[in-house]
Amino acid sequence: MSIISQVIFTVILGIFVFFIIRRVNFIRLNIALGRPQKVVGNKRQRWKNVLLIALGQKKMFKKPVPAVLHLLIYVGFILINIEVLEIILDGFLGSHRIFAPLLSDFYAPLISFFEILAVVVIFSCILFLLRRNVMHVARFKKPEMKGWASLDGNLILVIEIILMVAILSMNAADQLLQEMGNAAYPLTGSFLVSSWLMPIFDGYAPSTLFIIERMSWWFHIVGIFGFTLYVTYSKHLHIFMAFPNTYFSKLTPKGAMEPMPEITSEVKMMLGIPVEGETPPLPDGFKFGARDVSDLSRKNLMDAYTCTECGRCTAECPANITGKKLSPRKIMMDTRDRMEEIGLARSDANVHDEKFLLGGFISKEEINACTSCNACVEACPVLINPLDIILQLRRYEAMEASGSPASWNAMFQNLETNAAPWKFSPQDRFNWSEELKNDK
Amino acid sequence: MDIKIPTVAALAAEGKVPEILFWVGCAGSFDERYKNVTKAFVKILNKVGVDFAVLGPEETCTGDPARRAGNDFLFQMQAMANIQVLNGYRIKTIVTACPHCFNTLKNEYPELGGNYQVVHHSTYLQQLIDQGKVIQKGAQTAFKVRKITFHDSCYLGRANNIYEAPRKVLEALDAELIEMKRCKTKGLCCGAGGGQMYKDAEKGNKEVNIERTEEALETQADTIAVACPFCMTMMSDGVKNKEKEGSVQVQDLAELIAESEEL
Repeated sequence: MSIISQVIFTVILGIFVFFIIRRVNFIRLNIALGRPQKVVGNKRQRWKNVLLIALGQKKMFKKPVPAVLHLLIYVGFILINIEVLEIILDGFLGSHRIFAPLLSDFYAPLISFFEILAVVVIFSCILFLLRRNVMHVARFKKPEMKGWASLDGNLILVIEIILMVAILSMNAADQLLQEMGNAAYPLTGSFLVSSWLMPIFDGYAPSTLFIIERMSWWFHIVGIFGFTLYVTYSKHLHIFMAFPNTYFSKLTPKGAMEPMPEITSEVKMMLGIPVEGETPPLPDGFKFGARDVSDLSRKNLMDAYTCTECGRCTAECPANITGKKLSPRKIMMDTRDRMEEIGLARSDANVHDEKFLLGGFISKEEINACTSCNACVEACPVLINPLDIILQLRRYEAMEASGSPASWNAMFQNLETNAAPWKFSPQDRFNWSEELKNDK
Repeated sequence: MDIKIPTVAALAAEGKVPEILFWVGCAGSFDERYKNVTKAFVKILNKVGVDFAVLGPEETCTGDPARRAGNDFLFQMQAMANIQVLNGYRIKTIVTACPHCFNTLKNEYPELGGNYQVVHHSTYLQQLIDQGKVIQKGAQTAFKVRKITFHDSCYLGRANNIYEAPRKVLEALDAELIEMKRCKTKGLCCGAGGGQMYKDAEKGNKEVNIERTEEALETQADTIAVACPFCMTMMSDGVKNKEKEGSVQVQDLAELIAESEEL
């Protein structure tokens, strides 16, 4: 019996590992579509960001209530995974609660602690479900949240609740079997929460209890495998991506736009400034600005996989607040959807697409509405930068497609002819000094 | 007071380099309303007796609007030309009242070879106050009865983390400082950044400056203090739209200081 279940477990584990590796590789190749970027600057500061912002969730605490609930789920998730380690070892070796004899008197308190966490996670998930579906939190009701995005958010919470319930029922049935003196269930001592659940299962025959305990065990571990795989297809991927993403996020002031050194030599030549050294040729397929995900940087693409669609960016966006089409969250979701689409086409040579991120997913109306105020960047708890993508798309419109709004073209022209964005004569620039002197 | 407005070129002819270049900016040079801020700041500089100069007719746009609108060619053309002038005059320190010029000069000129110490006038005014050169503590009786709310400029605040300097300046005035609900890192944009100043807004259900002005008016302040030419235009338009221009003023930090110093 034990051998069969060990084999089944190992096969399931193998299948899980296969699919996870395949999916991780898919995501890795998608991110690699982007332009490689040099990571410059202070490693210390980067690690500090990882510790404070990803691990410590510092920026979440701008909204204290969801931050606390989120932290509880997060701590629960991480610590309960220690128990998953035991479950995997048991499944692999055919043992039962392999840590119990090792930890002896500490085992029951440890499991009790996990059980408390499980209850806390259930509680937080229920509150989050209410928040998403009953309370009116505007950012969960935006157009980009229709359909899958909304379902995804709810599914994750429901799955987490089910997984936690499975742990508790498994432990309750286990303790009943222990009390009956079943040799396969050595005494561990009482578990704090599940011991309260024992009356629910009391009165069942030992064979039924055995089935309940085993079913919960299998359900829990297969559920966790399934959930982990699901996460990689879901917005929930932030639980892993937050770490590299905070590490690679930019350290320069938010106001500094990404430089564009590729055109500097040409500008110098136009101005008659001597250019030092050889000008490296433009990289293959180089565009002025970005039309598709392959023109964006790898960090931009990593941002898209990190986004958990919380919508704090959109809730702070002045354009969105005043009813414009622009939503920074949608910029990130579109970027990810476009990457996934290109990724699928990679394995299917029959897919030819004539689509681009700009035009096919994100419209000019959206990018033109941005005030570059950095509210979205400031709001993001995991250092995603939607503004950087918007500005690169604008560069494409201005420098490749001649697609800037007419008033901007007029402003460009004023700059060229008058060295000011308005139609004033350069000769009048210093008039204010005479006005001031004559005031007196 | 006899106002002096030396140009860098005139000083260079005497073989001198000013300690500080006051970068006026396009709004500061051409915008009827905002020219008053330029004048107020020059009066303060004169009163303090700082060794400053302006580029005058030699100044041109930093290129910021072109860059935010996506035209990096034009930005770099402007920037390079300006850097040639600034480096030619061996300028070390630049003070400007415009957060957009400030951000571009400080953060985006170095990669093109323009390295200067760039200071926004809010920080500069705070330093002058700290050094006791303007505003003597407790002497500002006229401001005691005033209620001021400060509207954060995005390019000063989130873009460059300057939140305290403008507030310190206002505190020195001894007026009552009231914060809006969305302030500092959460401050709401006036709606003019990122090239919006030069085009109509996209279709929506409200103008950004109206949303922000409503919030400012909720504080019951009699003065909306700003530290940016675009914010000045947007907030003034908002106040006019709400027909409150009789009771609520929009003023720049420099104007408030000049007013309290009776300059």
